[in-house]
Amino acid sequence: MDGLMDSSDLLSDGRQNAADPGIVGGPAGAATRDTAKALPAPAKAARRARATTPMRVSRDASTGRAPPFPFSAIVAQEEMKRALLLAAIDPTIGGVLIFGDRGTGKSTAIRALAALLPPMQAVIGDPYNAAPDPGQRGQKTHLVPVPVVDLPLGATEDRVVGALDLEKALASGEKAFQPGLLARANRGFLYIDEANLLEDHLVDVLLDVAASGENVVEREGLSIRHPARFVLVGSGNPEEGELRPQLLDRFGLSVDVTTPTDLPTRIEVVKRRDAFDRDPHGFCGQWRAADEAIGRKLIAGRKRLAQIETSDAALTRVAELCLHLGTDGLRGELTLMRAARALAALEGAQEILDSHIRAVAPMALRHRLRRNPLDEAGSTVRVERALAEVFGP
Amino acid sequence: MSAAVASATETPLLTPWRLAEIAAALLALDGASIGGVSLRAPAGPVREAWLARLATLRGGARSLRMPAGIGDARLLGGLDLTATLAMGRPVAERGLLAEADGGVLLVAMAERVDAATAAKLCAVLDAGAVTVERDGVALTTPSRFAIVALDEGIAADERPAAALSDRLALRLDLTALSHREVEAPAFDAQIIAAARERVAATISDETIACLCTAALALGIGSTRTALQAVKVARLAAALSGRDAVSPEDAALAAALVLAPRATQLPAQSDEADDQDQEPEPEQQAQPDIPPSESEDQPVEPRDLDDMVLEAAKAAIPAGLLAQLLTAGGRTQARAAGRAGQFQKAARRGRIIGSKAGDLRGGERLDVVETLRAAAPWQLLRRGEAAMAGRPGLIVRREDFRIARYRQRSETATLFVVDASGSSALERLAEAKGAVRLLLAECYVRRDEVALIAFRKAQADLLLPPTRSLVAAERALAALPGGGATPLAIAIQAAMGLADAVRRKGRTPALVFMTDGRANIDADGKPGRGKAQADALMAARGLRGAGLTAILIDTSPQPQPQAAELAAAMGGRYLPLPQADAAGVSRAVGAALSVAR
Repeated sequence: MDGLMDSSDLLSDGRQNAADPGIVGGPAGAATRDTAKALPAPAKAARRARATTPMRVSRDASTGRAPPFPFSAIVAQEEMKRALLLAAIDPTIGGVLIFGDRGTGKSTAIRALAALLPPMQAVIGDPYNAAPDPGQRGQKTHLVPVPVVDLPLGATEDRVVGALDLEKALASGEKAFQPGLLARANRGFLYIDEANLLEDHLVDVLLDVAASGENVVEREGLSIRHPARFVLVGSGNPEEGELRPQLLDRFGLSVDVTTPTDLPTRIEVVKRRDAFDRDPHGFCGQWRAADEAIGRKLIAGRKRLAQIETSDAALTRVAELCLHLGTDGLRGELTLMRAARALAALEGAQEILDSHIRAVAPMALRHRLRRNPLDEAGSTVRVERALAEVFGP
Repeated sequence: MSAAVASATETPLLTPWRLAEIAAALLALDGASIGGVSLRAPAGPVREAWLARLATLRGGARSLRMPAGIGDARLLGGLDLTATLAMGRPVAERGLLAEADGGVLLVAMAERVDAATAAKLCAVLDAGAVTVERDGVALTTPSRFAIVALDEGIAADERPAAALSDRLALRLDLTALSHREVEAPAFDAQIIAAARERVAATISDETIACLCTAALALGIGSTRTALQAVKVARLAAALSGRDAVSPEDAALAAALVLAPRATQLPAQSDEADDQDQEPEPEQQAQPDIPPSESEDQPVEPRDLDDMVLEAAKAAIPAGLLAQLLTAGGRTQARAAGRAGQFQKAARRGRIIGSKAGDLRGGERLDVVETLRAAAPWQLLRRGEAAMAGRPGLIVRREDFRIARYRQRSETATLFVVDASGSSALERLAEAKGAVRLLLAECYVRRDEVALIAFRKAQADLLLPPTRSLVAAERALAALPGGGATPLAIAIQAAMGLADAVRRKGRTPALVFMTDGRANIDADGKPGRGKAQADALMAARGLRGAGLTAILIDTSPQPQPQAAELAAAMGGRYLPLPQADAAGVSRAVGAALSVAR
């Protein structure tokens, strides 16, 4: 078990740690030990034809990186920010897809969200960040940051699903499982930038795991299944290609982001980003209070979520709306209901109101509409038209 | 305004070469903070001179070169198999992106770099680190570098992927420059070293606002560009030995960052007091802004706006300017870096990598990659009871690596022919003849053709996409004529077919042959008004789907409805009152090769 923890620690890029050094758990010193092991002897390295210098996988290298841009400092893009918060309040909503122009802060928002999330309780040494089992006594737990795992482009399948631990196999001929990114993302977020550029076979794996909440590994003589429940967050640019409908449907919410067109907003975007780039720590200090306020709202919202009443009237509204739009399947209704409930919780309401449903309907439904060749209007417009017809102006 | 820009460089007039040299100096100063440069120029003495100048300014530091077809293993890094096997434990190998840390990465033939590779470069530029999750290796290595994207494209759409060039602040075009225009150096490594002390030059809020205004006026959507202009202005100030960004620096940033990205010319300012809207030469004659004085005095925001915008306007490349003037914007609408859409699941073409998989369905094994995958596990497998004592390499099913191929996707030309009574029957004969001729050409190019005919209240797929000459002949011979014109239905049918073609990995191109006079609406009911409206709406849907379309007006006199329809579908309109079959074929061939 110790070995497994080592390897997953090696994977950690330290971003979350950099963002919030106060709450980092994890075995101290594990990283340095691993680093030492992963390094080739300099002499050997020099002998190789291609000059490859040893890799540094040290903590200080990654903590030297700037903290993420504060969530509260993101200018405009209200729908994107709201969708991310709702997904954080209720993970069963099923993730967020952010599609839009270049340079609109898609990646920035997701990395900012990571810094915002309150830490969670996890069993010490568990590679899947398992929550403590109330029935079991004597479990040692610690607070860890909610994992927000990047799925980098060019990742190979063995690193995504996990594979035989290469080091153990080579050194001692021992068969051990090295968990992959899906294990690390359990109970957290899995972020795919440029989701439309992802290799098809990786998309298949993700679809399967996201649907079942479980990762089944059958390779290299291993047979392992482990929990992999995560919120899938994807971003992309429609110019680079469209998403497969199956993947599209898997995202609970979808947001279209566009570049702000009014001058004052644009100036504010540039000013803040420039200030951040020049002095990231100072800038984050200025926004810390605002970020913490959102963090508190998030925690309160999560607590309140279970108490939000779902009235029959709200259920009827949701069903009416979906019927009106002709969305396929029940997934749309379910997502719309959950998103409306999460918004009610976030805003401190007692029950789901029409205003909540109206606010989240576009993001919950716009990617589920059938393409109508005779309707030139965008899907957002169609949802809004349906809203006006069901709810009145 | 040119006097103002010149003050940043102490030369009377900023030649294209001088501007390029300033760009090199900015890159040498702190290229990583501004992403880098997209350098459009053919391989030749001018480009070599510029690269040499950049190397000199960087104090002779080596730069790495990335070939266009680089594989992930070399680009990102991964498992060093030789060392791993020799040492008996996993040894990671640095990829090119990690090696480039602190330097310059030359991306060769950047216009040919595919979107996936470009996205990997972008990820590193954004994060300042390379994240590798490959072959059992998982690590993050900090890496900051500047990219010099060597764009050798000739045609307008041969450009580096938009995602990449969006992140490279500077953009140079040295295509038109002769090697005789290369000038003596204006900077040296000492100037750069001195400027390094000042890279944190301050910039006023007014200047930031003014750069944002200029970007918007030039029709630049991305806010990233305005931010880059701010950073470049700061570096420009440092280069000129200033601690604060002056209007000249802002003007230079506008010329280097904003101008090459302009998608529209700024609207002429309507102020009556603004007399100097005359052409450029007069402006140069009267140095309205004394360069030295403006350093410490705050400049009136309005003047600053004008100055920056003028600098940008003056620096818009001549070719682009002409385009903007004629087209009135919207020239670069279609995505760049997509010189031909590609089909992924091909089984021939160039090998672009391998993936784990089964050998079912005629897949081809990538032997070397399979052996690479099997090698690290040999010790473990030998230790297993069943394999004990067996000689040779133990390869298992999970080691199999399947070669992935990529080939240029083929085009399918879809003809949508009006067979109604309003399209006179002899026109139909010509259309048939044109299809025959195009079919012969397509056969040579291995493209496909399909034929939809519409009349009465329906559109029929007479010929599904095919390369068969015989099948096409038969379908054409059986094409009947006469009846009403259900245009909306036809366009919808064409769109459905185009969708199907796309799903097969081919690029559809639509050729409509009609007079555009619809009289059957989308529901199959007669009525000219609704029919016309439905047809236009369907045409707009076609445009929304991003399909290439040509509309050939087959009526004896060019029809306004047909032209309107062509405009609605975003396609080309070809009125062919007198054309014969060969003429139609020629026109279509020309239009399609432009679209391709």
